[in-house]
Parts: sequence; structure tokens; C-alpha cells
Amino acid sequence: MHEENDDILEQVTTSEYKYGFVTDIEADEAPRGLSEDTVRFISAKKNEPEWMLQNRLKAYRHWLTMEEPKWPNVSYPAINYQDIIYYSAPKQKIAPDSLDDIDPELRKTFDKLGISLNEQKRLTGIAVDAVIDSVSVATTFKEELSKVGVIFCSMSEAIQEHPELIKKYLGSVVPATDNFFTALNAAVFSDGSFCYIPKGVRCPMELSTYFRINAANTGQFERTLIVAEDESYVSYLEGCTAPMRDENQLHAAVVELVAMEKAEIKYSTVQNWYPGDKEGKGGIYNFVTKRGICAGNYSKISWTQVETGSSITWKYPSVILKGDHSTGEFYSVAVTNNCQQADTGTKMIHLGKNTKSRIVSKGISAGRSHNSYRGLVDVAKNASNARNFSQCDSLLLGDRCGAHTFPYIEVKNNTAMVEHEATTSKIGEDQIFYCNQRGIDTETAVALIINGFAKEVMNQLPMEFAVEAQKLLAISLEGSVG
Amino acid sequence: MLKIVNLQARIEEKEILKGINLEIKPGEVHAIMGPNGSGKSTLASVLAGREDYEVTGGSVNFLGKDLLELSPEDRAKEGLFLAFQYPVEIPGVSTTNFIKTAVNEKRKYQGLEPLDAAQFLKIMKEKMKLVEIDQSLLSRSLNEGFSGGEKKRNEIFQMAMLEPKLAILDETDSGLDIDALRIVANGVNQLRSKDKAFLVVTHYQRLLDYIVPDFVHVLYNGRIVRSGTKELALELEEKGYDFIKAEVEKELA
Repeated sequence: MHEENDDILEQVTTSEYKYGFVTDIEADEAPRGLSEDTVRFISAKKNEPEWMLQNRLKAYRHWLTMEEPKWPNVSYPAINYQDIIYYSAPKQKIAPDSLDDIDPELRKTFDKLGISLNEQKRLTGIAVDAVIDSVSVATTFKEELSKVGVIFCSMSEAIQEHPELIKKYLGSVVPATDNFFTALNAAVFSDGSFCYIPKGVRCPMELSTYFRINAANTGQFERTLIVAEDESYVSYLEGCTAPMRDENQLHAAVVELVAMEKAEIKYSTVQNWYPGDKEGKGGIYNFVTKRGICAGNYSKISWTQVETGSSITWKYPSVILKGDHSTGEFYSVAVTNNCQQADTGTKMIHLGKNTKSRIVSKGISAGRSHNSYRGLVDVAKNASNARNFSQCDSLLLGDRCGAHTFPYIEVKNNTAMVEHEATTSKIGEDQIFYCNQRGIDTETAVALIINGFAKEVMNQLPMEFAVEAQKLLAISLEGSVG
Repeated sequence: MLKIVNLQARIEEKEILKGINLEIKPGEVHAIMGPNGSGKSTLASVLAGREDYEVTGGSVNFLGKDLLELSPEDRAKEGLFLAFQYPVEIPGVSTTNFIKTAVNEKRKYQGLEPLDAAQFLKIMKEKMKLVEIDQSLLSRSLNEGFSGGEKKRNEIFQMAMLEPKLAILDETDSGLDIDALRIVANGVNQLRSKDKAFLVVTHYQRLLDYIVPDFVHVLYNGRIVRSGTKELALELEEKGYDFIKAEVEKELA
């Protein structure tokens, strides 16, 4: 059994990352390195208004005064910020007026990834904003969405077309000064998605952004902003992949969510950036700040994430529960294999009265990887009757990996009820043998056990994503039992 | 159907099976009895292919194939079933989903199309009656939080669903009260047929009141030391294992 499992582990860990191809497209790039000139270059490329440039420069100057955080439970060689290309856009002959004008090479790339930019063929009814390197190349179903007043477009377009909304909300949840990477992002972000759901509208389809890093030596710094007005609802999906490259690439995104009274935002991520090879060479540094604010009473924000990629993941999708009776949820499956490192979790900040939060974190570690849950539940002085339930489970495959849990609880109101449960388990040979005896081979058995372990989180995903995510879990880990 | 010749096996350095000989024909029910530590459960595990045990000698032929050459999952797909003494729990995997996976893996092996949900449910409904198992139990995670009796009934239910040619029941009676024992035994009896065989491993005679064996074998110290009909089980019940031990020691001396 040991030997057989080792064999399967070997096979799995040597199996190719399916999305590792490079598309040969001409790119329009900024000179390598970061300076005020780079910031001005990006802003000029995007034809931005002066106020946006000033915001960027302010963020850049602030960034210069900051230091990279050292507290995450991850280790990596120092990043040379002067060695990164901060802007890379696929060269298109003309700006596409319609989806039909998109460069065929680009279209092929997305076809290969299983993402159709062709609205007619798209039966599942998901609107997609496709972002490659630094720019958004296409947004589908725009017209249909605009009929109900939903704005769904690239961030560049939003800055041009909806400056009043951008001025009001961009940086309102995650200010540029929040941390080292948000300051960097605010200075050099090049694109991303903007989504606005007007009062009383239930968004008629799932919205999604698909991120693809293609060019070498570039960083991707995108920015997502979702605003849901009173009594509106939106479900948003985010997916991402990158080519296999020997060097590490930095991805430092910022996502902001604003939910007004009785509004609900459901944000799901399936993160599958290139994780590096089995010796830990290459892979994406995924340093992301995601935060939502339940600004209105009875509002709700729910984060669901399935994290399987990246050589290092460092992110804490959080909710500020400002409105009374508001609800924050965080459902997470983080998988690490080989030399991957993940330090992820959430912050639930209870400010309003009768606020509720729920945290379900499932960490799966294999190979020589390290997987940490880090979470904060903060109940402010005036947040009476706050409720939190946290559950953090870890599953170990093999005996060379590590699982760590760092729960922080700060309660300043004595009516709060905060519960925390944690378990750590190993896939047992008994479980595998039991499955084998029923005619189920070891690979299928491991996939079955893993999906069982992660079920509570997977159930939160929209159907189209859940199937993909299940397969992804199986591919990332199947058979890696020792 | 099953022919075991001079089977020897050990775990780490400890020799447990010291030359087992046993032949089982289609339609027969064989009981293996013996005191604790005699090697009963080891025999069941070795036949199912648990690799904690190392086979050091002998051969096992199952339906014309060298059983010891097959992986545990292929043994299962060839028609060998083990009802576990301690069924394991798999959190988050519903019992129904688990059994459906198992049934369809076997069908794939036989070159058959997988059952769709409707076909599967129909068969499941029929077999549920056999072991008086409740639908609600089957939608729960596999064996998680099941009582001892529920776990054993679930084993027999899986056996009914997988329709093995040879079923090995490893101390299925342990931890069962008399009602559960009757239900489990009933399930087994209804599955008896002229082309199926059973190997019932038990410490106590009482299970054999319900599942009446054609042959009874006594395992002691890694060998089958007595074989007979169901009367042998009754004799053991009356005289205890010490009588067998004493006889065997005398023969060896």
C-alpha cells in the first residue's frame, strides 16, 4: 500500500499543469521597473483623467514609505520590485467595437481555457469579463445587463464612463494606505472589473471575471469593485490561470465589495494560478487584499474560495459588518501540494448590532507544503448580540506537510457569542482499504474522501463552478497519501 | 470457487497463518470459528488483500484466477466482498454516493454502462427491505455517527447492492444485540443462492443459529485443526475452546 500510494503521489506531482501554455501575442509593455514615470506611463496609456493620476501618485509615494509585511507564515526570496514589468497589454490592431473584432489568437487562448467569449454559444448564462495581463479584452452580455441597469465593465472603462461612482467607492473599503500591496496596487493597477447593481435589482445572471497572466516578467495588479445598492443581489465568480514559467510572478490584486441595505453579494473564487514545479521553482505569488463592507442594515456578504494554485497564497477575504443585522460568511478550501505555501483566512469585524458571521475553513496539505489558517473575529464595543461561529479543519496527506491554525478573537462587548472549533485529521489507510475492498481504486478513493472533507464549502459554489472545482481538487491531490 | 492451499502469512515478524487449507464451492456456507488470536480476522484480511499482511507461502485460487496476484479493488470487482468487523467512517461522503461509486466501478470493470440515478434508486429501494435499512441512514455520511448495529446492517446492505460471488463476514455478530443479529442474519439468508458462497468468521456459535452453515472449521494457532458440520459448532459451544486446545496440544506432544 505504501509503495502504491507513493507511486500515485509521484504521478500526481509530476503531472503537468494543464493551463501552462503561453499564447504568442504581441504585447505593448511598460519599461521594466517602478518609478513615478511608470505610474504616469500607465495612467497615460489608459487615457485617465487627472484625478486618477493624482490618486495613483499619492499611493505610489505612500508605498515608498512602507515595508513589505513579514508576519505571514510563508517564506520566499526578496522580491525585486525594479525587475517587474508593471504594464503589459496584448496589442490589438484596433480597439474592438464588438466581440467579433477580438484578436483570433486571444480568442483561441480563452477557448483553450474553456471560456467562450462568444455570447451566442454561451448557454450557461454567465457574463464574462476577460482580463489578460494588464487589460480587459472583452466583456460579454453587456447589453443584456444594461437593460436592467446593471453596469458590468472593465475598470478602465468605468473610470471613463462612470467617474462619479469610481470616485465615490474606489478605495472606500480598501484604502491605498491599508498595506504594502494595496498601496502598490493603487499606484499601478491597470485593469479589472467594475460591477454596479442598482436598487432593487436581482442580477439576472452570474457575473464573472477570468484573469490570465500571459507575458513573462510581468506582475498582474487588477482591481475589482462591486457595489450593490439597496435590496439588490449579485453572484460573482472569479477564475484565474497562468503559464508555467521558471521565475515567480507577482499577482497583487485588490477586491472591494459594498453592500447597501438588504443587499447581498456572493463572491466565489476558484484560484488556480500556476503553483510552480514540484521542486518549488516558479509559480505565482498571490498577495491579494479582498474586503467587503456590509454598509446597510440586513445586508450580507459571502466569500467562497477554492484555492489550489499559486506557489504562495497570502489573502484574507474579510467583511466589515457595519450595518445592524448584517451577515458575513467565509467558506474556504485551500489545497497545498509539493512546495506550495498558503497563509489564508478571514477577518470578520462586527461593528453593528445583531451582526452574524460564519467561518468555515478547510485546509488540505500534501507533499512538503504548508497550509495556515489565520483569522480574526473582532467584536467592537457597541456591537451588541454579535454572533460568530468558526470551524477550521485540516486534512493532512502524507507526513512531510504542515497545517497551522492562528485564530485571533477580540471581543469588547460581553453580549457576544463566539465559537471556534478546529480539527486536524489524516487520510487513513483504513479508509483507503475500505474503498479498495468495495472496488474503488486508490485515486478515486482519495478524490472521494477529499471532496467529502470539503463538501460544506463546495456546496456554496454556483453549480457551474462546483463541478470544475471538484475536478480541480482531485487533480491537485489525488492519491497523495502516505 | 475458492481454493486455499497451505496459505501462510505474517504481520511484521509475527507468523499468524501457518498453512491454511480450505475449499469452498458455489452455494456453500462455511463458518470459521476459533479463540481470540487464532488468525480468523487475519485470514479474512489476507483474502481481501490488506497489505499490512505479508503472504509468505501457499496459493489462493478464486474462480480460476490467482487471487493473491490481484489488487484489493480487482478482487472486489471479481466478486469478493468483505463485511468489515470495524467499518470505517468517511465524513462528507454520503452512503448512497459511496455505494453508487462502488457499484459503477464494478460495472465498468464488467464492461457495463454505469447505472443512472433512477435505475440505481430502484435497485436500492429493493435491497433496503432486505436489511430493514432506512433511507435517512443512507443519505448520511458513510458510517459517521452510526450505531454498531447500523454499521453492520450497512455492511450487509452494501453486500446486497454489490452482489458478490463470495462474501466474507468478519465477526459481523460482534457488538450486535439479538434483534440486530436477527435482521443481519435474515439479510444474509435471503442472499443465499446456489451460485453464491459465504465464509462466516465468528467467535460465537449464536450467529450460526441464524445463519446455518454447511461446514464448520476451527482455527487454532494459525491452522484449521477441526472441520465438520454444524454439530461441531454446538460441541464447541458446550465444551469451550479449551477442549480443542487441549486436544491439539496432546496430538502435537
